[in-house]
Amino acid sequence: MTKVRIPPTLRSEVGGERELVGEGETVREVLEDVAGRYPALEAQLFEGGTLAPFVNVYLGGEDVRTLDGLETRVNGASVILLPAMAGGC
Amino acid sequence: MATYRELLAQVKGEIDELGAIEARERHGTALFVDVREREEWEEGAVPGAVHVPRGQLESRIEGLVPDRSTEIVLYCAGGSRSAFAAKALGELGYEHVSSLTGGFTDWKRNGFEVETPQALTPDQRRRYSRHLLIPEVGEAGQERLLASRALLIGAGGLGSPASLYLAAAGVGTLGIIDADVVDDSNLQRQIVHSTDSLGEPKVLSAKRTIEALNPDVEVKTYEERLTSENIERILGEGWDVIVDGADNFPTRYLVNDASVWHGIPVVHGSIYRFEGQVTVFNPGDGPCYRCLFPTPPPPELAPSCAEGGVLGVLPGIVGSLQANEALKLLLGIGESLQGRLLLLDALGTTVDEVAVQRDASCPVCGEHPTITEYVDYVEFCQGART
Repeated sequence: MTKVRIPPTLRSEVGGERELVGEGETVREVLEDVAGRYPALEAQLFEGGTLAPFVNVYLGGEDVRTLDGLETRVNGASVILLPAMAGGC
Repeated sequence: MATYRELLAQVKGEIDELGAIEARERHGTALFVDVREREEWEEGAVPGAVHVPRGQLESRIEGLVPDRSTEIVLYCAGGSRSAFAAKALGELGYEHVSSLTGGFTDWKRNGFEVETPQALTPDQRRRYSRHLLIPEVGEAGQERLLASRALLIGAGGLGSPASLYLAAAGVGTLGIIDADVVDDSNLQRQIVHSTDSLGEPKVLSAKRTIEALNPDVEVKTYEERLTSENIERILGEGWDVIVDGADNFPTRYLVNDASVWHGIPVVHGSIYRFEGQVTVFNPGDGPCYRCLFPTPPPPELAPSCAEGGVLGVLPGIVGSLQANEALKLLLGIGESLQGRLLLLDALGTTVDEVAVQRDASCPVCGEHPTITEYVDYVEFCQGART
């Protein structure tokens, strides 16, 4: 069970939840498990099987781009999904 | 009972003394501490020396010089006060302390370098007294702030607290860029403005508030929207730090590219509802905004506060964190948020941190940049999804 933090701009896709739990050995499996339950989230997160480029994914505070990408093994750490936020208003 | 002469001779026998020529050889490696009174210091001092009047030496030295193995050369006007000072530091456990025998008088007589320290006025000394008491700031740091220039992108939610705290801290020049006028819906959070300034350009409203807070600060106003056309002119005026509180992605990417090309650090803050992000982009040393977010989200996933709302106090917290980072950068102290993105959740009151690394393939700050001049930032941000 891996915790996945949902950013505020994607919460309407998951019924307002701030955090979800997913099953899987790798970041990809965990995200696919979560997205499988929320089709609206899947539509935003994945583009033809790859993760949308505007979403950063962190595992245990490290950007998965600096690890093994979506194939990084989760090993009990939690996942944070993070798109940029524009607002300074 | 000893006379003053006898006591001085006895103390001089117990400490290490240096002549002016020997002391000069240590200049640049040893820390010179001037123990004279303020009026003497203001008339001229050894370059780079730290000023601690004899009467405050014991109470302040541990804050200024925590490492007791530091080599210290103490001086006064003629070598007497510094002799007693050297004895006191020896008793406090400082291992490499010496006193300049002939004092500053002998230093000058030898024709060695002298500088006239930029002194704060009595008013400034009272105004910034709580800064002067902090060893990491002190008089030298305060003078540095007064000579510093910070550019604020936006006089809105983030720019309000950031500009107020930077002004209160005595950052000598604040540039503020904003094309909007003050609207009633701003006042729930934009504390640099007030009900009296409704309908007024934000830059003018902010300037008035800041000047009322601290007349030491010069406010330069830019009542325009930052674009590829005007950014060179504005950045060309020379800034030590940029505080980015923009409210849209095109401006964020524009500020990033320009800051990389101009080598100006950016303190980034962004907010939405209950959540904030803060980090520092330091061109050439750390990652840039494009390393962190190579691609902006599609418009439907990038609602502004005007569309999605924001808790009024959130920009107060995030903008204050930005002011803190900017002050540290200007003072050259502490550890900045460079390489770290702070994630603040005001609803749960939690702070998380994720690592941000420099991307060697970054199109702007990477090894082989592909973006080397301003692009159409609106188009870049709209075309994100395709």
